[in-house]
Amino acid sequence: MESFLVLSVIKAAIVFAVLMTTLAYLQWVERKVIAHIQVRPGPYRVGPHGLLQPLADVIKLITKEDLLPPYVNKPFYLLAPFLAITMALVSISVIPFGPILHIGPIDIGPLHIPAFETAMQLTDLNIGVLFILAASSMGVYGIALAGWSSNNKYALLGAMRSSAQMISYELPMSLAIASPLLVSNTLSLRKLVESQEGSMLNWNVLHGPFPQIVSFVIFLIAAFAETNRVPFDLPEAENELVAGFHTEYSSMKFASFFMAEYANIITVSIMACLLFLGGWVAPWPAEYGSNFVPPLIFAAAGLIALYHGFNAARKRDSYTFPVFGVVFLLLAGFFLVPMVQGWLLPLFWFVAKTGVVIFAFMWVRGTLPRFRYDQLMGFTWKYLFPVAMLNLLVTAFLVAWTTK
Amino acid sequence: MMTAVPISWFLTLSAVLFSLGVAGFLFRRNIITVFMSIELMLNAVNLSFVTFSYQHKEVAGHILTFFVMVVAAAEAAVGLAIILTVFKNRATLNIDDISSMKN
Amino acid sequence: MDVILFLIFAAIAVVCAINVVVQTHPISSALSLVGVMGSLAVLYLLLGAEFIAAAQVIVYAGAIMVLFIFVIMLLNAGAEARKGRSYMVQFLGVPLLIFFLGLAAYFVQRMFPANTMVRFGGFTCAGTQTGESCGGAETVGRALFKTYLLPFEVTSILILIAIVGAIVLARKELES
Repeated sequence: MESFLVLSVIKAAIVFAVLMTTLAYLQWVERKVIAHIQVRPGPYRVGPHGLLQPLADVIKLITKEDLLPPYVNKPFYLLAPFLAITMALVSISVIPFGPILHIGPIDIGPLHIPAFETAMQLTDLNIGVLFILAASSMGVYGIALAGWSSNNKYALLGAMRSSAQMISYELPMSLAIASPLLVSNTLSLRKLVESQEGSMLNWNVLHGPFPQIVSFVIFLIAAFAETNRVPFDLPEAENELVAGFHTEYSSMKFASFFMAEYANIITVSIMACLLFLGGWVAPWPAEYGSNFVPPLIFAAAGLIALYHGFNAARKRDSYTFPVFGVVFLLLAGFFLVPMVQGWLLPLFWFVAKTGVVIFAFMWVRGTLPRFRYDQLMGFTWKYLFPVAMLNLLVTAFLVAWTTK
Repeated sequence: MMTAVPISWFLTLSAVLFSLGVAGFLFRRNIITVFMSIELMLNAVNLSFVTFSYQHKEVAGHILTFFVMVVAAAEAAVGLAIILTVFKNRATLNIDDISSMKN
Repeated sequence: MDVILFLIFAAIAVVCAINVVVQTHPISSALSLVGVMGSLAVLYLLLGAEFIAAAQVIVYAGAIMVLFIFVIMLLNAGAEARKGRSYMVQFLGVPLLIFFLGLAAYFVQRMFPANTMVRFGGFTCAGTQTGESCGGAETVGRALFKTYLLPFEVTSILILIAIVGAIVLARKELES
């Protein structure tokens, strides 16, 4: 019992640290991606290629004046960002990042730890998918309370619109989640990924009596709306309704809403990856050489960086790009070490697939205009929800027909 | 130090929550708070159902709980729509002021 | 460990329930009711009812209470005014309630002697297949769609009636 607790605390600390760093750098990635879509460099000056920009933003947000306006409803004003960030982060506790690790006996001096096995996951619930749905349902409260307590009619309008949008799009999202669950026949996230083992043809989006492509598209559209991202970000856009529900928040409380939004994006991308794209399973089995794909990708990135470093367009690039090139080549070499391949390769595929979905989020943000609110609500109730229901019916019929 | 909870404690908790719900239903004047006391009573009854399901090692208690939740959802939707209509006509949520049949 | 969890979450549930009844502003009552539902979900997990705990949070705390909060925010009726109550209600009410509850607790304790204990993971029943827990989604789903299919279909019609009723009541009047 104690070893389980100690192990869980260590795993939770690792996951939390990595998640917090990822949240900060996801903002950097977003700004760079949108900047390059708009043909401009993006954050460039703070550190090499703006890599220290998140640090500068964190320092700015922490040192800003954290004011508590006198006209707000204090208990709810202070509770709302706490609820938002807690519900956003608690979903990470059931997500599997890789297969079960077998850690051999460790002998360091007087310390002897016998061989044990642990999953690359904090806890595997039987109802893991329902847990994530429950956490995202509770996330609506953070937004509704933030708008209400701010004692500001624009914040209240933005909060009501945002909450109504979130609960309306929860319906097609739940139906789109239910369809691959019918194909995989389990609610536990680890068993869901293990049922997609093998190759790319076994992923839920391509496999089964009914390939779940329609569910994937519906899930992504509903995920855009759940996380209040473009094209569904009318309630919180900068040029609409002042700033929506977080108008009256400053400094660390605003930072927690911000972090909650990015944590929600990470959670729905991970859900898309686990449900549809096969989690940590490589696109083709290791016998056919998929273990060499990550080193090849990193080596190619390193060589491109070195090439651009030696033919630099701007003077700074001539000493930042070669450094990046060397770092990428070292990473490529790291992937070839056989001892770490057991956990590093599944983790790479998991991160790569989630990263592709997150990149799609940012790509859409840089490309599409936003919906008007009545168009948004009409779209979900009149088109998306019936299509999701029809998809669930067809999936259920085909699964029942082919399973006996 | 016991490691298990006697089942009578769950039933006592259910009785406490139910009586608090009845107290709220009888004493509050705001119609929405009265409605929320009804939901509190339904939750207390759900706890009783799940406890008895544990005692008899049957899953039927869970099914009945599920149906209670469904009925509570339907009732909440229609009840809140009625409250909205009453508010539109009488501009007050105090059940003492809504009580006369002819205005 | 189970006793500590039960005591903590039962205490939270009772405090939040008292808050529901005592608070003047409906929003505080609604949020306290969300607290009651959350702690009840933990107690359901202790009783082995995993699916019901998840359904409680998703349906009850995550949808029905959001609807309540929407209506309270839309109507914006403000806090209730405290009217004077008779002394008899104030000074006899709470002690009588505590006495009645003590009596109920005593009788419940007599009827269920302490040999039925609830421990986490102790819920095993006859209708499961290997590898699934009794309160999990598979067992509940199997019972719901096999033994209790007729009530399930009737509740779906009930929900349809509720949807139609809510839309008819809450829409704007058509210009005729």
